[in-house]
Amino acid sequence: MALRYADVEPGTEIPPKSYQVTRLDLVKYAGASGDFNVIHWNERAARSVGLPDVIAHGMYTMAQAARYVTEWAGGDPGAITEFGVRFSAMVPVPDDGAGATIEVSGTVAEKLGDGKVAVDLTARAAGAKVLTRARAVVRLP
Amino acid sequence: MPLNQDYVGRVFGPTQPYEVSRVKIADFANAIGEPSAACRDKTAAQQAGYPDVIAPPTFAIVISMTASAGLNSDPGLGLDYAMVVHGEESFSYTRPLHAGDVVVATSTIESIRVLGAMSMLVTSTDISTVDGEHVCTAKSTLVERGQ
Repeated sequence: MALRYADVEPGTEIPPKSYQVTRLDLVKYAGASGDFNVIHWNERAARSVGLPDVIAHGMYTMAQAARYVTEWAGGDPGAITEFGVRFSAMVPVPDDGAGATIEVSGTVAEKLGDGKVAVDLTARAAGAKVLTRARAVVRLP
Repeated sequence: MPLNQDYVGRVFGPTQPYEVSRVKIADFANAIGEPSAACRDKTAAQQAGYPDVIAPPTFAIVISMTASAGLNSDPGLGLDYAMVVHGEESFSYTRPLHAGDVVVATSTIESIRVLGAMSMLVTSTDISTVDGEHVCTAKSTLVERGQ
């Protein structure tokens, strides 16, 4: 069931969700997005420029946060009209079969009128905040 | 090396027209794990009120990168891509991108700030159809880390 604008209250916390990211996900994302920066798939290259490990594309993490908002809002990815984030920490993705876990949480921040709702988001991985100042505006029926 | 401040205000584009395809949208949706049928099935997308399958909101990065790549790879700017991490990103949509859209992107370097060994490059990219309809503005901050 799609969420309705009338039913949304500012301050409401949205239940957190976790998204797993593995090296394979990063390879798939590199191919689909065209972002082949070596730090996202080559551990040797990542370490040689001072990174702890291969790190996830920031845009991969942002895409997970968009999924989170879409799922909450009823499943229409076209309902997001604005979306901005700051990448506040890296998401190292170890080559251990499990990868990293990105936990996304959100709060209804504001009702903007015209069916639009602002949602403030946070994403964490390995205890660090990896997205801050993250806000999506979603249009609800 | 600090970035070349003379590049503030430089514009790249409009790019060659980019045709948004169903297959590319489905590939992108699969890669990020977006499960929506509106990204894969034209009938489902039309039932949701769209002309064809729609792209997930972060798909615009694929198109904005085609424009900003032209700027970022300009040797005069001095960006070392292996030292780059993504600082901030935002998208503002007039409507979702959908299969069949033919769009062009124009990127402008808005600012370059140097903070010690770090440089921050802010780029704004407008994505419009070849008929001039605005679809999305993407704003990126890239951070070049110092060695």
